[in-house]
Amino acid sequence: MGPFIAKRLVRLVGTLLAVSFLTFLLVNLLPGDAINALIPIDAQQDREFVEQVREEWGLNDPMLVRYGRWLGDAVQGDFGDSIVTSRTVSSEIFHRLPVTAELMLVTVGLSVMLAIPLGVMAAYREGTRLDQVISGIAQVFLSIPGFVAGLLFIYVFAMKLGWLPATGWNRLSNGLLDNLRTVILPALSLALIEIAVYTRVVRSDVINTLQEDFVLSARAKGLSDRYILFRHCLRPSSLTLITVVGLNIGTLLGGTVVVEFLFAMPGLGKRLLDAIFQRDFMMVQGITVFIATIYVLVNTAVDMIYMLVDPRIRKAD
Amino acid sequence: MPLFTRLCAGWLVAIVFGAIFADLIPGLQDPNYQGFLFGTSTTNEPPSLAHLLGTDNNSRDILSRIVYGARVSLVVSMTAVIMGTVFGGFLGALTGFVRGKTDAMIMASLDVILAFPGLVLLLTVVTLLGRRDLLVIATVVGFLSIPPYTRVARATALAVSRREFVMAARAIGTRKRTILFREILPNCLPTLMAFALVSAAVIILLEGALAFLGLSVQPPTASWGNMVNAARADLRINVWPAVWPSLALVFTVYSLNNVGDHIRRSKAVRSAAL
Repeated sequence: MGPFIAKRLVRLVGTLLAVSFLTFLLVNLLPGDAINALIPIDAQQDREFVEQVREEWGLNDPMLVRYGRWLGDAVQGDFGDSIVTSRTVSSEIFHRLPVTAELMLVTVGLSVMLAIPLGVMAAYREGTRLDQVISGIAQVFLSIPGFVAGLLFIYVFAMKLGWLPATGWNRLSNGLLDNLRTVILPALSLALIEIAVYTRVVRSDVINTLQEDFVLSARAKGLSDRYILFRHCLRPSSLTLITVVGLNIGTLLGGTVVVEFLFAMPGLGKRLLDAIFQRDFMMVQGITVFIATIYVLVNTAVDMIYMLVDPRIRKAD
Repeated sequence: MPLFTRLCAGWLVAIVFGAIFADLIPGLQDPNYQGFLFGTSTTNEPPSLAHLLGTDNNSRDILSRIVYGARVSLVVSMTAVIMGTVFGGFLGALTGFVRGKTDAMIMASLDVILAFPGLVLLLTVVTLLGRRDLLVIATVVGFLSIPPYTRVARATALAVSRREFVMAARAIGTRKRTILFREILPNCLPTLMAFALVSAAVIILLEGALAFLGLSVQPPTASWGNMVNAARADLRINVWPAVWPSLALVFTVYSLNNVGDHIRRSKAVRSAAL
């Protein structure tokens, strides 16, 4: 176990370094763009001034040196200052993170809560009309992207019915109910695809588990179907679900960018988009590395959990 | 093929046909013709005989914009599928067959790309390049979809390499290059094809999201995603300009998933019989 975890951690650090370097490279490959963001075009006539700004921002140093400097600051939590607003990147990330985090948590929570009963029911009644209906609905949901679902919900619930607000965000500190009112539509838009994916996964997993011998012996003992389903089948089946949830965080992160854009939520995704449109390369760098780091950490955690829980995989490594 | 799957395949054929032969379809209007400038139509018209799906908020015919918009989705997804299968499939089969140090190095570098959430990486690269024409978008999406194909091909190649006929080929001294092309690659193709269909659906969704954010082809060029985005402004007045491109997107993705699932299921039976 020990050497395995150590190996995994080494790989993790290596991946994080590579990811941050790749982002740094991508964002900084066009030095002209950086200058255009720092100084307006008309002020660039003065060559000396341009040179001075380049020196000040360290744009003339070789890429590796610049990366080393940025990395040194980054591990201490300093991602630099935004070019457009004069606030630090880390403070902006810190402010926006709760919004995105809450959106993702609510989305995953909703999806899992709906997908488990749906998947279990579909697996239990495999092949019947109920199974076909559930699987059919799942397949439809799979094809509805976040922005289409979001637009539909805005039209129905905000414009036509007026039950929920279309944009904006109420922080949790302002009150739970107000917060829920602003988070439910975005989360639901993202959750549609997730519900579809998770239902399929749970369904196929439970179908496999139901064919195991221990289910037969439980039935022979006279245990009720419901007891067997929820006490004995759910635990082994949830393993794949956990893995899929972890792997899907990446797609979810992309989805939050679109949904935050549509619902005008003050989250990380929207901030990244704004930074991209404003050519704020420090911000783009900071947020992208942050998001990628979270994703790598989640994936590693899922890997580790999977290995820890299932002893068969541990032996095989 | 069950009836419903046939309908889905028919829709896909219609989309591809419409995208390729858009200019030749009789009666299809110019997607960029703004009727209100010339007094022939108004903005946000409901569906009528003149405009079968109505007009958008710039009085352009929606139906023709959807047909021309299919071109964008088609080009991007086809490029991604072809680049993925050709480059990714070959690379994956190679690294799965050869294994050893090359395998470790290639997979480590791919893992870095795969470590990024898809849309975020796409956003960064597309913004970096600045240009927003179809070719650039398609190439970027194509490059970024190579790693998943490599993974799939590598997994299949690993399994195939252990089969007896590969061992037999090596025993009689066949060159590794020949084995790769004659034994490994053809056996990776079915899995890659099934993956390609599902991957095409994901790519279309991704391009739709990118266009919705305004980072794909720019208006007036029509793309389903940017049609939905443009329709947001007048959503209260007229919801149809948002509905039709969304439906086109949903139908296409659903059909791809449906047909892909069907092919995967029928192929799976055959390979078990092997």
